[in-house]
Amino acid sequence: MKKLINNPDNVIADALKGIAASDKDVRVDFENRVIYRATPKDGGKVAIISGGGSGHEPMHGGFVGTGMLDAACAGEVFTSPTPDQMLAATTTVDNGAGVLHIVKNYTGDVMNFEMAAELAADAGIEVATVVVADDVAVQDSLYTAGRRGVGTTVLLEKIVGAAAEEGGDLASIQALAQKVADNGRSMGMALTSCTVPSAGKPTFDLPENEMEIGIGIHGEPGRHREPIGDAHSVAEQLVQPILADLDFTGAPVIAMLNGMGGTPLIELYVMYAEVIALLEDAGVKVERNLVGNYITSLEMAGCSLTLLRADDEMIRLWDAPVQSAGLRWGL
Amino acid sequence: MSATEVTLDQLAAWLRRFAEIVEQNKAYLTDLDSAIGDADHGANMARGTAAVVTHLDEANTVDALLKKAGMTLVSTVGGTSGPLYGTLLMKMGMATGAVTELSGEEFSKAFHAGLEGLIARGKTELGDKTMVDALTPAIEAFDAALADGADVHAATESAAKAAAAGRDATTPLVARKGRASYLGERSAGHMDPGATSSTYLFDALAEAIGT
Repeated sequence: MKKLINNPDNVIADALKGIAASDKDVRVDFENRVIYRATPKDGGKVAIISGGGSGHEPMHGGFVGTGMLDAACAGEVFTSPTPDQMLAATTTVDNGAGVLHIVKNYTGDVMNFEMAAELAADAGIEVATVVVADDVAVQDSLYTAGRRGVGTTVLLEKIVGAAAEEGGDLASIQALAQKVADNGRSMGMALTSCTVPSAGKPTFDLPENEMEIGIGIHGEPGRHREPIGDAHSVAEQLVQPILADLDFTGAPVIAMLNGMGGTPLIELYVMYAEVIALLEDAGVKVERNLVGNYITSLEMAGCSLTLLRADDEMIRLWDAPVQSAGLRWGL
Repeated sequence: MSATEVTLDQLAAWLRRFAEIVEQNKAYLTDLDSAIGDADHGANMARGTAAVVTHLDEANTVDALLKKAGMTLVSTVGGTSGPLYGTLLMKMGMATGAVTELSGEEFSKAFHAGLEGLIARGKTELGDKTMVDALTPAIEAFDAALADGADVHAATESAAKAAAAGRDATTPLVARKGRASYLGERSAGHMDPGATSSTYLFDALAEAIGT
């Protein structure tokens, strides 16, 4: 294992120190491992929190800021945070208008957030939850824990964060969040595995000439393995399953071509050129896009594609100002 | 003390021994989890069980001991193991009351309450390739041994054997819950990490009751 770390057991604590030192717009609660906005949003507005295992940076901590999240809970690497952390975050950010929990659909995340929501309800705080489950790589999801929550989470945090900033109530914010979750789809692939610091070795071995199609964001194997193809054929493998799952024509689309952490930007641009050409051929109109590393899997090489079938309201909220370490425009 | 009772000290020794076995097998659990999951089970369980050990001396009753241990796991482990192991022990504690020893039947009742709580939290069934596949046969074997007139120590040894058999039976299964379920058919042929750590719970119990 070659990593820029001190002790593998202290990676999260050490990284939180760096986040606190580098971003004057956030405040870090080191005991509970929660990242808050330095200046809380105005009273009377719905608060938005998310959280999950670490190792996906900038998600979620990098999306705490004006126009996006009020707080993010950091778990151990690839491990859901605990209910205590989420309860601390929920209690701290509640302005009396309620709190939305944005949860990615993993058994652990769902259970821990459920427990936190139960505890928050006992404390008299109104909590609504949206679960993101957008990964089309998961087939036969009736026989699994459901689809995984991946890239759509980033787009959802941006759009819902903007709506909360405008002062929407909890019911309308939850409905919007659900609409985004229902209309987002993702598909990912990997050229390499990644190494969890506490494990010290790669989660899986991928031979030099092979790629893994349909990976999630935890270094876990995907749908299947095959000989590596060129960017054009990989783009087809990402685009086709997404378009087969939902009709993306006839609506404005937000696209995110996301790097898994170990892929250079130049390759992401090569991939985006292939993806956008395939989408144009399929009659899909991409109105907004992101290309870069937004929801990563440590140093995994590879990428994922997320498409959101948006509407004018979502596009407007997408364009609204945002100021966070991971996304910033319009301010 | 008769051989049909479990004392507070034995329960504390159980959790202490569980932490030791988990620590010794940390890398093995993570290897199992790397094959079909996300490579964090060993580290997470070691962190949580070590935290449990630091609170064992605070409790003067069985319910306080188990509830504190469960809450400690929930607040230190995260992932799926935190809520599941935490719920198991918390619900066990809620079922025992403020006593300092348990009869075999009372211990069985606590186990059933814990397992029911875990199943409700995890929405898991037998055969999903999870902890439940080791815990369920273990508790059944414990009950059967008591019904046959065995003492609690012998019953825990039966339970440990049944847990191991349940764990082994997870190997050919296709996972239907948790991170491994995303692998579909590719999850078959791998022993489940959660079922494996669950067997340690009963190995530790058999050792603690035997001393």
